[in-house]
Amino acid sequence: MEEKPRFLSLLDGITGILFLAAVLLVFFYAPLERSMGAVQKVFYFHVSTAWVGMLGFFVSALMGGMYILSRKKIWDMIGFSSVEISFIFFFIAIVSGSIWARPIWNTWWTWDPRLTTAAVVELIYGAYFLLRQAIDEPQQKARFSAVYAIFGFLSVPLTFVSIRMLRTIHPVVIGAGDPTGGGGFSMTGPMQVTFFFSLFTFSVLFVDVLWHRIRLEKLESMMNKLRLELTS
Amino acid sequence: MIRVRNLRKRFGHKRVLSGLDFQVEKGELVALLGPNGSGKTTLLRILSSLSRPDGGEVLVGGYQLPQEADWVRERLGFVSHQPLLYGDLTAEENLWFYGRLYNVSDYRQRAANVLDMVGLQRCGADLVRTFSRGMVQRLALGRSLLHEPQILLFDEPHTGLDQDSVRMLNDVLLHMSEQGRIVVVTSHDLAQVANLASRFDVLSRGKIVASVKEEKIDLDRLLMFYREAVRLRGGERL
Amino acid sequence: MRNYLRTVITVVWKDIVGEARNKEILTSMLVFSLLVILIFNFALDLDVQAQESVTAGVIWVTFTFAGTLGVNRSMASEREGGCLDGLLLVPVDRSALYVGKALGNLLFLLVIEVIILPIYSVLFNVNMLVPGFLLVVLLGSIGYIAVGTLLAAMSVQARTRDILLPILLFPLTIPILIPAVKASIGYLEGYPGSWIMTWLNVIIVYDLIFTAIAVMLFEYVVEEWS
Repeated sequence: MEEKPRFLSLLDGITGILFLAAVLLVFFYAPLERSMGAVQKVFYFHVSTAWVGMLGFFVSALMGGMYILSRKKIWDMIGFSSVEISFIFFFIAIVSGSIWARPIWNTWWTWDPRLTTAAVVELIYGAYFLLRQAIDEPQQKARFSAVYAIFGFLSVPLTFVSIRMLRTIHPVVIGAGDPTGGGGFSMTGPMQVTFFFSLFTFSVLFVDVLWHRIRLEKLESMMNKLRLELTS
Repeated sequence: MIRVRNLRKRFGHKRVLSGLDFQVEKGELVALLGPNGSGKTTLLRILSSLSRPDGGEVLVGGYQLPQEADWVRERLGFVSHQPLLYGDLTAEENLWFYGRLYNVSDYRQRAANVLDMVGLQRCGADLVRTFSRGMVQRLALGRSLLHEPQILLFDEPHTGLDQDSVRMLNDVLLHMSEQGRIVVVTSHDLAQVANLASRFDVLSRGKIVASVKEEKIDLDRLLMFYREAVRLRGGERL
Repeated sequence: MRNYLRTVITVVWKDIVGEARNKEILTSMLVFSLLVILIFNFALDLDVQAQESVTAGVIWVTFTFAGTLGVNRSMASEREGGCLDGLLLVPVDRSALYVGKALGNLLFLLVIEVIILPIYSVLFNVNMLVPGFLLVVLLGSIGYIAVGTLLAAMSVQARTRDILLPILLFPLTIPILIPAVKASIGYLEGYPGSWIMTWLNVIIVYDLIFTAIAVMLFEYVVEEWS
């Protein structure tokens, strides 16, 4: 039986502390936004979860490439573990976005480019899981997942561009663009600190959860092997 | 020649080949025997470049697999337990198709010759869909010979064939072997290969467990040898 | 290079000869397309006003559905009798096999489009003989088939092969469907060229990127076919 690595326990602790700090920052350090009030605070974790969502999908495409080039099982493991995590995080991002949108845009859902792209990305990775489920042979499963992850990740920017050309009301907080839709605001110093701290915290959280997920997968495969040896 | 050392292959957690060693010299006609699930098909698929080995060394005709697959493919003919033929093309069209892919010069003439060789000269313009099992198998044999390969691999070629077709098949195989080509045939029916092969290897649980070299071997003797070999490895059913 | 071209042509030739004989793919695509249009007619009440705004949408939904059907069937025929093993045994570049299959699929879809467009024009009294629009149809079909052919090679190897292809394919082809619909509307309704060009550019970028990646990745999809 494989022991839990000491560094993983340490990382668990760090993640917990960071997360607590992020929550405190969001509620007690960051000032209340003038026009939107308390609901704006969802923004910090909303963007952070969406960030983890995109990060994981990027990692999965990268791991897909690594797997195809090296055929090492570990890349496949990291790849689909990060899709699993990001799938959940992206879902949280969509839900927290809805919570914010209800008072600000007066609707739970609009066909705004970011929202729509988020929904399409969730569908792509839903299809990714269905593909994995439909293949029994592990190497074939890994190869197909790698190819599909690469395709999926590359299609996201184009999906975004084409939906953006179609319509947009999502507020643009960072970077260029004209915030034609409602809900745009500019960040003050403490807001920026809170924001980037949340991004950092969630990135650490992602690595921590990913590590746990990979470890779980390894243990599971070890268990299957033992079971097979016992029965045969 | 074919040289395989410490070949390993698994599907998921199931180990199919576990450190298999196998060698065939030029001009040998080897029958690969073994119960179902012993790894015969997997071994042939790896030798034919269709499947990738997990570990070990595989040399076919002096080329390494999977790195030098295209060189192996040029020199190798394979009859699988599936026909590898298109039902909606005629026999001729199937051979033309593969002939062009194999870059056979004058592929039409070659296709006619091959049809002649397998006794289908009259059915060249018929759709493969309308063929009987025996005719399909003959055409599959013809397909594998199109590019005059030096190494021939046959996976259970005798299954479902009538007496005539078996005789034709064995004649072709012997003829190929006499020309100095390497021929490997798998079978679970010893009677079909007893007076065909010059060497008999028994595969069990992913390894070659026994080998006997004897031409025109007596069927009873072969049967005894086979049972002994399989029994020693843990007694699987025939 | 000559070998590559010969492989591509041989594969296309094989698909055409087979299709000329059984006409399976073309007839099913055609009947299916007509049914889709018929259903849309009732569902959307395609009268003169409605037509103008939805024609492009109806046309593209029809082509994507029909395209999925054709691509799936064409790959399934490689599975029957283990033909893909036969193709993989040949010492040729795997991407040449992909290009051959994709060209065959594209050809079948274009044939259907050439039949469906005049029928639609007559049924709903819309002029579709606009060169720009036909270009959009061609470019959109290329990208769709390029991705579809690769994904079909995966889905026919899966346990759920008949239902998997559309699930894999549709979300990936959204960036081609939106611009295709928009550019089609642009040409059919006579919008300014610069507006249309921005959409056409997206289609062209998609075609280039995804065809290139599909050509590169196909060999990983077909190795160890089971």
